[in-house]
Amino acid sequence: MNGRWRRAGVVALTVVGLLAAWEGYKAVGPVDGASLGGVRLLPRADDRSMPHVGEVLGALARPEVDAPGSRTVGVAVLTGVLSTLRLALLGGVLGSAVGLALAVLMQRLRLLEAGLLPWVVLSQTVPIIAIAPLITGWGGAVRLGPWAWTPQASVVVIAAFLAFSPVAVGALRGLQSAAPAAVELFRSYAVPWRSQLLHLRLPAARPYLVPALRLAGAQAVVGAIVAEISTGTRGGIGRLVIEYAQQATSSPARVYAAILGAAALGLLVAGLVGLVGAREDRRAAAAVEVAA
Amino acid sequence: MSSTRTTPGATPAGGPGTAAAPAPGGPAATPAVEVRGVVRRFGAVTALDGIDLVIERGELVSLIGPSGCGKSTLLRVVADLVEPTEGEVRVGGKSAHRARLDQDYGIAFQAAGLLEWRTVAGNVELPLQLHGVGRAARRERARELLDLVGLADFARHRPSQLSGGMQQRVAIARALAERPSLLLMDEPFGALDEMTRERLQAELLAVRAATGCTVVFVTHSVPEAVFLSDRVVVMSARPGRVAAVVPVRLGTAERDDAVRATPAFAASVVQVRAALRATEAPR
Repeated sequence: MNGRWRRAGVVALTVVGLLAAWEGYKAVGPVDGASLGGVRLLPRADDRSMPHVGEVLGALARPEVDAPGSRTVGVAVLTGVLSTLRLALLGGVLGSAVGLALAVLMQRLRLLEAGLLPWVVLSQTVPIIAIAPLITGWGGAVRLGPWAWTPQASVVVIAAFLAFSPVAVGALRGLQSAAPAAVELFRSYAVPWRSQLLHLRLPAARPYLVPALRLAGAQAVVGAIVAEISTGTRGGIGRLVIEYAQQATSSPARVYAAILGAAALGLLVAGLVGLVGAREDRRAAAAVEVAA
Repeated sequence: MSSTRTTPGATPAGGPGTAAAPAPGGPAATPAVEVRGVVRRFGAVTALDGIDLVIERGELVSLIGPSGCGKSTLLRVVADLVEPTEGEVRVGGKSAHRARLDQDYGIAFQAAGLLEWRTVAGNVELPLQLHGVGRAARRERARELLDLVGLADFARHRPSQLSGGMQQRVAIARALAERPSLLLMDEPFGALDEMTRERLQAELLAVRAATGCTVVFVTHSVPEAVFLSDRVVVMSARPGRVAAVVPVRLGTAERDDAVRATPAFAASVVQVRAALRATEAPR
């Protein structure tokens, strides 16, 4: 209990510290920034580049367009966050499932591990900006009965593409972490491979899966936002960041409002995955306690 | 490759086709383990070379030898966890493979290899669960076995809450879960302190008396081999061969710790040591 309060305090202090740093720089920093030989060393501190914190929060409450009945920027950001959250979670779940399946396959077939694992790692060096149009293009050709490919589907696929890799690598290590004596024991039982997977390898992999899922969650968020931007998918926070950036001249605070939303989305997903991890951490802590 | 492995057609009496049929003279006459001309190579290394060994039912036989003599490999060949390059292994008259599929043996290793996420009782129940035994029967059998190894009070504990000796007891209970007629043990007490080790040795003899099973016991401790065994098989290293078989005669009565102080025990220890030394002589 004490630890929880202290952690909340640290989080609050960090937020306050960041805000203070922002306002502090704005107060003392050079309005036009500072350059040396054409290289910018200090950012501009003018109101367009760095709006006051209060102004950003104020922007959230103002209407999006100058028309009666327009939704406020805050509502727009929230709607965008929820839309992207859905896609990121779908992508995260899909990617984790694919990653886990790949890990199981690689554990089962040593040859596949040698052939596949480098590609799993390498896949993460592919720039999303480059593959996003490809996926949209290929997806456009997909048609399953009444369901046609949507831009949202492209976003989910790209989020999944970023999420699967840490799960595949982490789960593979976990599946391989089963003690050699236990593996031999299962061989002596002459049970099918499925039993070994279910009763030995998957339980042994659990502690490895939690950090892998945390990473996958973060990757899925980044993937979804970048995918929205690079495919031009509407409705999400990624698109909003771009839209508001184009209005930066007239209302600079909006850009930061959208970025605030993106940050909130990341925290939200981290929190959700953390709930899964907390259970595992408690188990591990309990195990350590009884061992001591 | 000059394989001397017999083809099924060449030896009708020992071919796989006759594995299911009862052996002549009835099952009681069949040895618990027959190892005939077994050779095992790992690449260029010959781990086992021309091993012949017959273990009768109810016997307790120790395999002892310098490290690298292939005693663990021999145990794994009997368990069908390692395939012989040449030669034949029969367990209770069946091929070793058939015996593994039929779960005719229980096995315990130096590392207890308990599953951390299961309770002590859950670990004992594991083989039963994997082979489709119902929950109630499983519970009952686990209770029985934990009673036998003196861990009835720890059924709901996690393996990490137990000492090394207690974990090894759980592993033995697990090996006995399916009432095997053969118990294979690979240095099960190797990582334990001397006191615990001696206590578990006495317990193993009690378990063996209660179940009547045959035991093949791999060890590198001479007193342990002598205390436990009816016969001690001394092996030499590189290539692994049977160098000597030393019968231990300490009386048929159940052995207890007092045996360790008798002249007969000391004599057997000297005999096994001498046989072990002899394996090193040429170098």
